[in-house]
Amino acid sequence: MNLHEYQSKELFARYGIPVPKGKVAATADEAASAAESLGGALWVVKAQVHAGGRGKAGGVKLCRSKGEVREAAAKMLGQRLVTKQTGAEGLPINQVYVEVGSGIDRELYLSLLLNRDRSRLSFIASAAGGMDIEEVAEKTPGKILRVEIHPAAGLRGFQCRELAFGLGLKGEQIAEFEKVARGIYQLYLDNDASLVEVNPLIVTKDGHVVALDAKIGIDSNAVFRQKTVSAYRDRAQEDEAEAKAAEHDLNYVSLDGDIACMVNGAGLAMATMDLIKLHGGAPANFLDVGGGATPERVTAAFKLILSNPKVKAILVNIFGGIVRCDIIAQGIVEAVKTVGVQVPVIVRLEGTNAEIARRQLAESGLAITPAKDLTDAATKAVALAKG
Amino acid sequence: MSILLSKKSRVICQGFTGKQGTFHSEQCIAYGTKVVGGVTPGRGGQTHLGLPVFDTAHEAVKQTGADVSMIYVPAAGAADAILEAADAGIRLVVCITEGIPVNDMIKVKEALKQYDCRLVGPNCPGVITPGEAKVGIMPGFIHQKGRVGIVSRSGTLTYEAVFQTTNEGLGQSTCVGIGGDPVRGMNFVDVLALFQDDPQTEGIIMVGEIGGSDEEAGAEYIRRHVTKPVVAYIAGVTAPPGKRMGHAGAVISGGKGTAADKFRALEKAGVKTVKSPAELGSAMAALLKGAKGKATKAVAKAPAKAVAKGKPAAKGKAAARTKVSVKSPAKSRASAKAPVQRKLGRKGAKRR
Repeated sequence: MNLHEYQSKELFARYGIPVPKGKVAATADEAASAAESLGGALWVVKAQVHAGGRGKAGGVKLCRSKGEVREAAAKMLGQRLVTKQTGAEGLPINQVYVEVGSGIDRELYLSLLLNRDRSRLSFIASAAGGMDIEEVAEKTPGKILRVEIHPAAGLRGFQCRELAFGLGLKGEQIAEFEKVARGIYQLYLDNDASLVEVNPLIVTKDGHVVALDAKIGIDSNAVFRQKTVSAYRDRAQEDEAEAKAAEHDLNYVSLDGDIACMVNGAGLAMATMDLIKLHGGAPANFLDVGGGATPERVTAAFKLILSNPKVKAILVNIFGGIVRCDIIAQGIVEAVKTVGVQVPVIVRLEGTNAEIARRQLAESGLAITPAKDLTDAATKAVALAKG
Repeated sequence: MSILLSKKSRVICQGFTGKQGTFHSEQCIAYGTKVVGGVTPGRGGQTHLGLPVFDTAHEAVKQTGADVSMIYVPAAGAADAILEAADAGIRLVVCITEGIPVNDMIKVKEALKQYDCRLVGPNCPGVITPGEAKVGIMPGFIHQKGRVGIVSRSGTLTYEAVFQTTNEGLGQSTCVGIGGDPVRGMNFVDVLALFQDDPQTEGIIMVGEIGGSDEEAGAEYIRRHVTKPVVAYIAGVTAPPGKRMGHAGAVISGGKGTAADKFRALEKAGVKTVKSPAELGSAMAALLKGAKGKATKAVAKAPAKAVAKGKPAAKGKAAARTKVSVKSPAKSRASAKAPVQRKLGRKGAKRR
């Protein structure tokens, strides 16, 4: 689960991390009056979407008058912002953040996230801020600083200093940076974050360390115990089909192809997509119906799949372990009858009660194409999708 | 022989009286697992499935002599249950629970270092030694006692590998589902080391997926230490970057953790990779057939202890390897990824 910049900055402020003054606005008028009440002569209007790369996509605008603020907000609000992280459809801009402009001396990068190889949290910092950090890491790995935090010892002062000196900070800035790092660490732990990223962290012209941007991701496994941040959830930023899937306890990810998949288990679901590609087709989605698939869930899954107009064939791939294949088959028959499936359905069932299930499908009188194994299923799906 | 689990293992279930715990304990008992009791705080003294229920894991271990625990405790309390089991002296903890917060697992992983205890999972199907015992949620009937060790991050893909090796008549020594979470107990490297040392295991199937770099670490370990034939498959070639594919750990982030990288690392280590999960069984059958005599002899000769100590088993390796392994120039990476050998004997926490 991701937070908006304005939400992240609210949290930052609560943890003593300096951020520029700003206000969120949902209309052009609100934006103009936000600029008015913030004061000053320079403002930045920023589109609030769950994606990076906003600057290059026209989602960040520097304004020198309230009129310009109003104009910039009017142009952004109600539109969809397409950045290199959003895909072609972009994300809706329902709010803008109006912020007081900052005088920037230096731009730095700072983030805190899980180092999977070490099973510990790590700070990553770089003096090359404001840039794509992955690119920096790729081209000039020497410019990346890392410290790894021992879960019992917590973030230590020496680690903060190591980063601060490494970033070329001086004097008072060392202590200011330590305050930022400690704030981020505490925020991360308290709110079960999965990522806190500040890009850029700036040194202002008058020499202070300020978080100019803020990005926070929350561990979705921990949302159940995070009442404060779960209230920040903005469903408008989420893929509609994916959100709908979550309501039915289905794991769904939209893709670009035309062969829909319905599979039990995340690994097998990915493998099924790969098989389709391997046999010359393109998967339309990732869909894991999970271990406790019921006929209702199978029906919900079919509806979800068919809400994508690009779908030309459906491949059902089930390895029944705890899930009994006959239950799934029953679900498929019901779904095909009630939903009214117009595209070919290819079904491969294996495991618990697979024999019974195959018989059920054969006797249903529905146009379901049985497949004898994985390869057969993928080959048939690709052939039928091509029509 | 097998790894981790045998018919001698004495198993307790934490979250015993819950719906999942009850159902799967019944299934495990029916398979022949020696389940000796369970833990549900507040229900100590009761009997469930004809077995004693205890309030604490300490009590359960004291009364039953259990050495393995399987955990079905809901996500909010599962991290606690893992550490309770370790603290009680359990040697193998299998945590099935899905959805444990990552920050909890970071602490668990660190705290486990003080115990002589292995953790499998969380968010995994469990461990099975066919014909002897199963601790987890896998369908027992597709397994067959045999020659192939299977290690996988995915549940249903493990079942595919099992099903295929059973159909090929190879069977399995032990199957370990290490789970789909980003922070977990045993990793590929840990399980590969056990399979390499296990005389019953003649070949190894490794099933990975996108996200992290544990497959790469596994590949490096194979290159240096594993003399048995290995077949590998990685799921997620078609997964888009930045999207979490069902498993919490299955996500390509910052261009890292792609299936292509993992395939490349494994191939470089001399592993037979398959691009289709349908070919896991046949590829392993072909390797074992080709290596028959030569490989099995070499493997049997390769002294397990030498490998465990980190000495290269050069002879066995050359004979058993089916593909010529390309020497990686990245020696420094190799030493950084060398597995930490388990310390025997618990430091500190002795409580019995």
